[in-house]
Amino acid sequence: MIDRHIGFVHALRETGLPVSLAEGLDAANALRHLDLADRQTLREAYAATLVKRPQHREGFDVLFDLWFPSTTQGPPKHRDDDPEDLRTELAGLLAGDPGRPEFRAFAQAMVERFGQVQAGPGRQSWFSFPVMRALSPQTLIARLLGERGGLPEKIARQRVTTNIAAFEAAVAADVRRRIAEEQGRERITRSAVKPPIDRRDFLRVTKAELAEMRREIHPLARRLATRLSMKHKKGDRGRLDFRRTVRASLQSGGVPLTTHLKPRRPHKPELVVLTDASDSVAGFAQFTLLLTFALREQFTKVRAFAFVDTVDEITKYFAPGTDVLDAITRMTTEADISRFGRTDYGHVLRTFEERHASALTPKTSLLILGDARSNYQPPNTEILKRLTEKVRHAYWLNPEPREQWDTGDSVASGYAAIISMHECRNVHQLAALIENTDVGG
Amino acid sequence: MTWFASPSEAVTRLRQTGYLSDDAIATSVFLAGVLQKPLLAEGPAGVGKTQLAKAIAEATGSDLVRLQCYEGLDEARALYEWNYKKQLLRIQADDDAWDDIFAEEFLLERPLLKAIRSDRPTVLLIDETDKADVEVEGLLLEILSDFQVTIPELGTITATRRPFVVLTSNATRELSEALKRRCLYLHLDYPTPERERDIVLAQVPGIAETVAEQLARTAATLRALELKKSPSIAETVDWAHTLLALGREVLDEQTVSETLGVVLKHHSDQQRAAKELGLR
Ligand SMILES: Nc1ncnc2c1ncn2[C@@H]1O[C@H](COP(=O)(O)OP(=O)(O)OP(=O)(O)O)[C@@H](O)[C@H]1O
Ligand SMILES: [Mg+2]
Repeated sequence: MIDRHIGFVHALRETGLPVSLAEGLDAANALRHLDLADRQTLREAYAATLVKRPQHREGFDVLFDLWFPSTTQGPPKHRDDDPEDLRTELAGLLAGDPGRPEFRAFAQAMVERFGQVQAGPGRQSWFSFPVMRALSPQTLIARLLGERGGLPEKIARQRVTTNIAAFEAAVAADVRRRIAEEQGRERITRSAVKPPIDRRDFLRVTKAELAEMRREIHPLARRLATRLSMKHKKGDRGRLDFRRTVRASLQSGGVPLTTHLKPRRPHKPELVVLTDASDSVAGFAQFTLLLTFALREQFTKVRAFAFVDTVDEITKYFAPGTDVLDAITRMTTEADISRFGRTDYGHVLRTFEERHASALTPKTSLLILGDARSNYQPPNTEILKRLTEKVRHAYWLNPEPREQWDTGDSVASGYAAIISMHECRNVHQLAALIENTDVGG
Repeated sequence: MTWFASPSEAVTRLRQTGYLSDDAIATSVFLAGVLQKPLLAEGPAGVGKTQLAKAIAEATGSDLVRLQCYEGLDEARALYEWNYKKQLLRIQADDDAWDDIFAEEFLLERPLLKAIRSDRPTVLLIDETDKADVEVEGLLLEILSDFQVTIPELGTITATRRPFVVLTSNATRELSEALKRRCLYLHLDYPTPERERDIVLAQVPGIAETVAEQLARTAATLRALELKKSPSIAETVDWAHTLLALGREVLDEQTVSETLGVVLKHHSDQQRAAKELGLR
């Protein structure tokens, strides 16, 4: 057990979960008080002592399953029923409670039956996709929903899609277990654990991941707002707070040893966001826009402009209280941002200067969002220079990894010579930028 | 003192107070007891963080001492303070009283000191830790590492029995690494519909099982929409109370549209839900 404990903690660290020495000892200590045969308790004991951020939980569970595979239920029953019967059985499970043991047992039996395929000449390995293809749970949805319509259908659909996701996860877990068994768990450790959602590349997220990210916007905005207002307060020392000082002096027999100052009214900047809305950076642009509007109370004013090859103001779609998805849809369908649909930064800068330069004042923080890929059109760097000279601070957030700047049609460093350009590949970097630069005042 | 004999005993005893646990809750509560470490419960609003501390106190027959955190909370409010009005009065009455005024009778005990000095079993709830300023974390770290307080005028006070400490946080900011390292961590989140149904049944006597089930399923459906503020367990429980008061025995479309305001507080959320769920 001790070896396994050490190996597990080591593997967690290797996948980026910061486990301190003391926490490792806490976990070892916890084990002394537990019935180690109870796998769920063991899992939660490790989680309570080692996993202190919810984003790390998913990767933790994957590793736990590899290091402490369940041994209680022997080899899965061999199933050679007709696939159509298996689908019917799956449909039954998808309509029920995914926490039941039958649910996982069925997933394991299905991996056994369908999961092994040729991985190379003379080599077999385990995969999820042949299992999902053979059973095709998505095509069971209609059968399961029947002809309900309205609210009951929505509720049933929610249940079935959640359960399909649970089934897929159970299949994937069993596939990993088998690979680890046959090829050693070290081999699979690194590839099995995805980075936490706030470290995933904007440019490569799936639609589902983007929705997951959007769900983080409000909590993140709340966190950032707290930090920003702390920052605003810290830098400002205001006039003497007479009452607090006198009150404090009572403790020292009436001698005002400590003086208290009134916080000064925090300085809040005006924010102008100019964002690339083309498909290549849509996920990044959406997320960042929504975040800046969620933070609007940190600014005196927020205005946003979007572009593909021409530029239009989009502030009105994000009025307080509007629904975020509506805002995005209206921005892409109603705003006049695209003529030929190929990003042209140079032309956009010119149009912006002609039509909207008055938005920029010495109180403005200007934030440009985009990958600086301009389809080999002239970049018009001198216009960018004029624009940055009008404002208090100007930043460019580029969602591409720095190594890719200037490759192909990217004119990143041409612009970066004029404006402070930052790599902003994931939510984590974005939050750090808002917090640590003067974007937030 | 033994707080709980095992995780499964924790389940049973919490259940008797109406609090439903799961593997994560039961294990971390049990471990916080045997390892004598503080338990940090973090998660969105209304998922039962505060209620957990109350349930632990009730289940173990302990006193509950609560430190509510807020912006501006300081040592004088959290730990102790000298009652200077009383001290001044004493000095005015008696010029030679200078030596006497730093005595027990002039001490204003605040929650942290109270929990440390208590000789009864005590659950110390440090609620909404994330609302306090960062400096307060330093104070908590100090207190939670050795459970003693030094009051210069009175000497060092050490806990005779360590309280069971529960910290809660809404994660409006990240608590410091140092504080997290010292605690056991419990992430409380929205429950599965199966569990939420059971919570509703435990919390709202008289509600029909079918209604509880429908409520839990509808809440899960609402949470899957992209809302500003997802309904919490507290709101599902409120919803159940509302239906009971209205005497509704099914949660049909009309009932949902009429009572949506109980669970969704933002107008834009109500609109989105009505649209997505096809309500009028
Ligand atoms: N596991 C549970 N068992 C029974 N009731 C629960 C449970 N979880 C939540 N509840 C119900 O939810 C209500 C709200 O919980 P509570 O006030 O503890 O939330 P909270 O997480 O502290 O929220 P906040 O962050 O807003 O303070 C409780 O009063 C109780 O009715
Ligand atoms: Mg609370």
